[in-house]
Amino acid sequence: MGILIYGIINSIVFALIAMGFALVYGISRLPNFAHGAFYILAGFLTYTFLLGLGLNSPTSIILSLIIIAGIGAAVYRFLLIRIRGMEASEIIASLAIGLAIMEGLRFAGFRGKTYTLPVFLEGTVRIAGVPVDFQRLIIIGVGVVLIVVLWLFTHHTKVGLALRAMAQDEGAALMLGIDTDFAALIALALGSVLAGLAAIVILPLGNITVETGYDILINAIAVCIIGGLGSWVGAVIASFILGFAQMLTVYIVGAQWQMVVGLLAIILILIARPSGLLARQKELEERV
Amino acid sequence: MAEEVLLQVKNATKSFGGVKAVVDVSLSLFKGEILGMIGPNGSGKTTLVNLITGFVKPDSGEVLFKDKRITGLQPHKIANLGITRTFQIMRPYHSLSAFKNLIVPLYSPRVRRSTGGRLGDRDAVAIDILEEIGFERDAYVPYKIASSLPLGYLKRLELARCIAMRPEIIICDEIFSGLSMAEIATMVPLLEKLQMQGTTIMMIEHRLRELFRLVNRVIVLNFGEKLAEGIPEEVIEKPDVREAYLGTEVDNVRD
Amino acid sequence: MLTQVGPRERRKERLDRGLKVRTEGIYALSSGKEALYLLAPRLTLILGLLILPLLMPNLYWQRVICITGVFGLLSLAFDFLANYVGLICLGGALFMGVGGYITGILNSLFGMPLVATIPAATVVGAVFSTVLLSPCFPLRGIYFAIVTLMYPLAASRIIEALDIFGGTEGMADLDTLPNIWFASYSIIPVLLVSLFALRRLVTEDIGLVLRGLKDNDQAAKASGISITRYKAYSTFIASAIGCFTGAYLVHLYGWAGISLFALDFSILPIAASVIGGMGTLVGPVLGAFILIPLTELLRELGTLRIVFYSLLLAGFIVFNPEGLMTYAQRKYHQFEHWVEV
Ligand SMILES: Nc1ncnc2c1ncn2[C@@H]1O[C@H](COP(=O)(O)OP(=O)(O)OP(=O)(O)O)[C@@H](O)[C@H]1O
Ligand SMILES: [Mg+2]
Repeated sequence: MGILIYGIINSIVFALIAMGFALVYGISRLPNFAHGAFYILAGFLTYTFLLGLGLNSPTSIILSLIIIAGIGAAVYRFLLIRIRGMEASEIIASLAIGLAIMEGLRFAGFRGKTYTLPVFLEGTVRIAGVPVDFQRLIIIGVGVVLIVVLWLFTHHTKVGLALRAMAQDEGAALMLGIDTDFAALIALALGSVLAGLAAIVILPLGNITVETGYDILINAIAVCIIGGLGSWVGAVIASFILGFAQMLTVYIVGAQWQMVVGLLAIILILIARPSGLLARQKELEERV
Repeated sequence: MAEEVLLQVKNATKSFGGVKAVVDVSLSLFKGEILGMIGPNGSGKTTLVNLITGFVKPDSGEVLFKDKRITGLQPHKIANLGITRTFQIMRPYHSLSAFKNLIVPLYSPRVRRSTGGRLGDRDAVAIDILEEIGFERDAYVPYKIASSLPLGYLKRLELARCIAMRPEIIICDEIFSGLSMAEIATMVPLLEKLQMQGTTIMMIEHRLRELFRLVNRVIVLNFGEKLAEGIPEEVIEKPDVREAYLGTEVDNVRD
Repeated sequence: MLTQVGPRERRKERLDRGLKVRTEGIYALSSGKEALYLLAPRLTLILGLLILPLLMPNLYWQRVICITGVFGLLSLAFDFLANYVGLICLGGALFMGVGGYITGILNSLFGMPLVATIPAATVVGAVFSTVLLSPCFPLRGIYFAIVTLMYPLAASRIIEALDIFGGTEGMADLDTLPNIWFASYSIIPVLLVSLFALRRLVTEDIGLVLRGLKDNDQAAKASGISITRYKAYSTFIASAIGCFTGAYLVHLYGWAGISLFALDFSILPIAASVIGGMGTLVGPVLGAFILIPLTELLRELGTLRIVFYSLLLAGFIVFNPEGLMTYAQRKYHQFEHWVEV
């Protein structure tokens, strides 16, 4: 029972982590390898506002999210926009930006000492005999709400559908008068906010370290690759696969294998089924 | 004259998701002939070419080359057997100059084997092939970077890349589309010459008038199914073929 | 060639300098002066690199030159794979680690001397890396980049988790290169030979086939070229270079450990290539010789070093993707001046 409940929590954590990456790729076909950096940056920003400057939590959270959205948008507006469509350059540039942010944080002194965010609510409840703390319940709540809201947004609103159409055929979208650059800008801002939000609800469970940023990036990529890059539903299902797989690995084999699960999943899936476990059709089979 | 069947497609079927691109198509290609294949847009012509040349695996059915099964072989193996194809969406090596584009096929196992490794200077061979297909050497066209070449040359480069393989079968996927009459005029004698030399050719075309001057047999595809087969003049008289083409182009042929 | 820049009244005119016939590396030499025009840059490069270790003030900087040589080779391998074969390999550290660990194991467990372990690590490591990467050959673009980025990360985590080959501690007390002169005068010739050999290779027919693969793999298939085979050949070449550097570095320090798989060895060569000029082969090497000493200056300041080269990398790839070498080559081969119209 404990495994089931904590597996679900772990899966929702994965979904939260991957959401921003999936959204950005789903809308603008931009693999944002700075995702992990945005996540960790949001964590440190909130920490600074909350514990460094002593602001109250709503203000700190909102401020951090605004800043992180601005950074995401700026990275697109001033850098990535110039290399749109050149996939290798996009990956390398965003990875480099992410590295600069993360190592910059480390240089700025965020290391060694333990940094952590306070939980929103103290206390635990017992669910079916298993103790679960409130923070994890909040994670589940936020995660489920975001999954549903984003699904409704991308599948049932005009704007969302237009954005998805754009992802599939940018040329056609341009012809229909959709400003694809603006959409990508919004996507990156939103994606960064999602990364930040994930950080703010998840980080109270542990310490904030720069290394986390790398792990977040790997896990986000793993989820999106398993679900099939660009597939929204796939990503959610993949979170559960990976969430439980990782949980069981740690439980059965040992904690040191925790990150290996995601890495091996990426490698094996890309080798065996690059379009993702759940993709109905091999989209990678290029038209000849 | 007992005609020898070189290539045979038996009941090939392929669908992409819900789209049935090719449905139960069978055909034979006789040695030394030029076979035409026509059909409206999206009728599965290119997919059929992909099935033959191994770029797409059929859901069912098989392809025989000289009575041997080649279904499921990888594209480069099939090319080395002597079946080459052009691409409808041209695929030049855009960063290489035109004649260097031909080095790739000239380097293929098939050509190296057939010349016993003694091909001589590949560059010279490449330029000769290009010159024959209408790349004016005096104007240095063969030396131009492929990405800077206009459409007419790119289409011909596609064909040149096939010829360089010294193939037994060439499958041309709409090599005339987008070309001027003058450009087509330089290619027609070349195709005829290839046929004289014993190469078997399959031509997919929308330009029926030009096609019918070359071929003695056509196959019509519609919605992935084989609609008709026979002598061009007879085939286009058939009501279902005319219906598939909605009259327009077919009328153009009979001037 | 004329390029129109800015207002109509003035335009920038570019004139070819030097040789008359210049198509894709085919030159018609007609005088000693022209031969010199071609040879001068090459001679400068060779002599420059050979003299460099002599000019270094102390042991520390001599070591920096050796490490720069290592990164030069890694950059060369990256550039070759990325721009002549079309395989964007973000995992140079994989080659590094494989070569380094093989030499470490041979040296520490089997007691083989380094004259044997380095060549063995180069060849065995290259075969091993090629086999590891071969399932990824059908992948295109972004997917290949992602897998290769993940390989070294996975390798270090697995070694850590299994606690093999010394685990996080690594293998210490391995043989070291006899002295610093041996160290620098082995890496620099290897670098030069690799550079000129690769430059030769890419203009040979087989090099054209590789470039064909990069431009259009479908067309190459239709021309009877086995993509897998040629990608394997080129990966073997690149990983041999990478594994050599791994083995060399291990014997430079006498230590092999997880940090051989560090992101540094993947990203710095990319930065050097982008800064130096992708697709020129020389550019990435020169890029390494500019970038690595610069980052060494920052080493005291800790991770600021990584911030520095990451920002340079992002900046160059976004704002100046042609890199320094392409720019320099253009300046060398062409006059540029403004003319009134
Ligand atoms: N790789 C693919 N994935 C999905 N659908 C495909 C693919 N290739 C072809 N199709 C579909 O199969 C059908 C047949 O396409 P095909 O390209 O074979 O037609 P065609 O006769 O060559 O048309 P055209 O005259 O326009 O060249 C079309 O509906 C097309 O959309
Ligand atoms: Mg077609």
